[in-house]
Amino acid sequence: METAEIKPKNKIHPHKFTLWVGIGSIVMMFAGLTSAYIVKRNQAGWVSYDLPKAFWYSTIVILLSSLTVQLSVKAFKERAMAKYRKLMFSTLVLGVLFIVLQYFGFKQFWNAGMTLQANVAFSFLYIIVGLHGLHVIGGIIALIVMSLKAFSSKIRIYSSVPVELISTYWHFVDILWIYLLIFLIMIR
Amino acid sequence: MSTVTAHEATHHEAHGDAHQEHHHHETFITKYVFSQDHKTIAKQFLVTGIIWAFIGGLFSVIFRLQLADPNATYPFLEDFLGHWAKGGKLQPEFYYALVTMHGTILVFFVLTAGLSGTFANFLIPLQIGARDMASPMLNMLSYWFFFLASVIMMSSLFVQTGPASGGWTIYPPLSALGEASSGSKIGMDLWLVSMAMFIVSSLLGGLNYITTILNMRTKGMSMTRMPLTIWALFFTAVLGVLSFPVLLSGAILLLFDRNLGTSFYLSDIVVAGKIMPNEGGSAILFQHLFWFLGHPEVYIILLPAMGMSSEILSVNSRKPIFGYMAMVGSLFAITILAFLVWAHHMFVTGLNPFLGSVFVLLTLLIAVPSAIKVFNWLTTLWKGNIRFTPAMMFAIGFVSLFISGGLTGIFLGNSALDIHLHDTYFVIAHFHIVMGVASFFGMFAGVYHWYPKMFGRYLNNTLAYIHFWVTIVGAYLIFWPMHYEGLAGMPRRYYDFSNWESFKMFSGLNQFISIVALVVFAVQLLFIINFFYSIWKGRKVTKQNPWDANTLEWTTPIRPGHGNWTGEIPEVHRWPYDYAKDGKDFIPQNVPVGADESKDH
Repeated sequence: METAEIKPKNKIHPHKFTLWVGIGSIVMMFAGLTSAYIVKRNQAGWVSYDLPKAFWYSTIVILLSSLTVQLSVKAFKERAMAKYRKLMFSTLVLGVLFIVLQYFGFKQFWNAGMTLQANVAFSFLYIIVGLHGLHVIGGIIALIVMSLKAFSSKIRIYSSVPVELISTYWHFVDILWIYLLIFLIMIR
Repeated sequence: MSTVTAHEATHHEAHGDAHQEHHHHETFITKYVFSQDHKTIAKQFLVTGIIWAFIGGLFSVIFRLQLADPNATYPFLEDFLGHWAKGGKLQPEFYYALVTMHGTILVFFVLTAGLSGTFANFLIPLQIGARDMASPMLNMLSYWFFFLASVIMMSSLFVQTGPASGGWTIYPPLSALGEASSGSKIGMDLWLVSMAMFIVSSLLGGLNYITTILNMRTKGMSMTRMPLTIWALFFTAVLGVLSFPVLLSGAILLLFDRNLGTSFYLSDIVVAGKIMPNEGGSAILFQHLFWFLGHPEVYIILLPAMGMSSEILSVNSRKPIFGYMAMVGSLFAITILAFLVWAHHMFVTGLNPFLGSVFVLLTLLIAVPSAIKVFNWLTTLWKGNIRFTPAMMFAIGFVSLFISGGLTGIFLGNSALDIHLHDTYFVIAHFHIVMGVASFFGMFAGVYHWYPKMFGRYLNNTLAYIHFWVTIVGAYLIFWPMHYEGLAGMPRRYYDFSNWESFKMFSGLNQFISIVALVVFAVQLLFIINFFYSIWKGRKVTKQNPWDANTLEWTTPIRPGHGNWTGEIPEVHRWPYDYAKDGKDFIPQNVPVGADESKDH
């Protein structure tokens, strides 16, 4: 899909490259947390648990939002602006829905007695999933800015870089969530 | 798809053009305070770093006073330390605060931000031929996050219970339990918040350095034509971007333990007769997370000094650097190995001895790229037409210190020896020489070498030579004897050694070290005076290329504006080390290859 053939002299836009390096950096943070999790997992006093139902619904939501953001990039490049606006806004709505579902998941978890301090296994869940949530909220802020610009009659955007940046980041938080979900199911 | 491609292409052209015009009006605020010019940001990092170095150095002088004579009183201390030095005698709690802050300040605020913040910002665009960084805005934010971190850390010095005092490595439980000590209270909170800001600053900077080096090089500047300074700064940024997030995750867990009652690091702890509720945590987990950053951090500090010394040694030997690709390869090897050796800081934590032996092997492997670098520096000097400029003196001093400090690393890297030497003055001697003083020498070399480019004036040479000789002799006199103290088992971080029969014999030596430390600190003040005086009153630079160097920064005007080059960015036709080639003293990188020029050097 991407334009791999004819490239201008700068192979990749500097901002896109910066984002990729930044993603590498975020990956290292979660690598640190998940390896700490594995170390603790193998020590005494660990309690296994099932993930709350709401987390599964949120997975479907974030997968859908990945689809809408990808379609919005396509619409933008085709200059189908009405379609782009709709898709960008639905990504935003789905992103907010993801956070809401995660919140309900936490609430359900907490009410079942699995509080932050009760066991280190729960502490890890709150911190790892919570930090991922913060990264999603960062993406939502960017989506709000993009949507405001898209609906503003004064601003005309022709560069596809910002749209591509947000879509790359959004796919990243999606993939990161899938990874964390599989991780939390496999190692418990 | 072709329409899309065309759209992309036009965009890139537009982006390139946008960077070439910088004629917009600049106010005092945008030029000197919230500047997006990489050269100004570099100077901001440097000046902030110098202020921190003064504070961090002063702290070491104060605790050396205590170590020189534990029974002496210094009434003047009470005047400005207040209740921390009641009756002119340093309080034990404050002694720990001083060593903690000395470490924190020098490792992070001076030798990370002050060193790579300064020179990565200053040299990357100038030496690769770019108008500015990939994102000048993020670059400016990087400095202001560092400034914020500085303000918070500085403010922790003035709180009632004092700054953090659990050591610069902030191991729990001292750092996790507010009740544990006076330095574990608000001082520790401020430390954590400040370091979070610092990590953000360092990540923003690192992202920019990597992107700029990979994306913004001028025409002809292939990776293998980059000066070694750029290679070193590149690997430094890679190390930072990949290791600081892990410290951040460790610090987040620590914050939860401190404030929200979780038990990642805490278990079965009794503070002042009170049993803590925390159960099931492990303090060793923090050490793993900390040293996964902590060891790469050593190289974050050292690599820029290596890169700048390589460049300065070559320029002032009037010879190409020996083994350019071997230099790049060994930097790369060090970068990889830096991530695989962290547990050598933890040999005595009850680490599985088999695992320990793996870490011994990996640690000792670092000797290989290090030895390659030393060999190449010495062979670059060999039969060179050496010009002993102050920068050159410091670069040679760097090599000397790197050898002396590196050799003791081989002792410490062996787990069997480390059981005896761990946490003794031997360790202090080792890392101060190889990482602390050596990197300081690299930094001084860089300042003396690029000062004319930074400020359009020279530093005073006489003061510079005094600075060099006193510092190198002093550094060896301070740290060399510490090896003997360490071998005798004298532990680090002790407030008073006079109660132990076995360390009484060192009281004279401790006094001697403290006197030398005072002298060396005084000479650093000379450097600071020279630095600030010369900004306004130094001898003016009249030659565009004062050191007859090949790299691109010397093709800019003597006082380059925002955008660096007034016309086109020069095209690069050769590597940066064509010294003494074909009977010519030097051939700058922007000179095309002549028809009759010999192919190899």
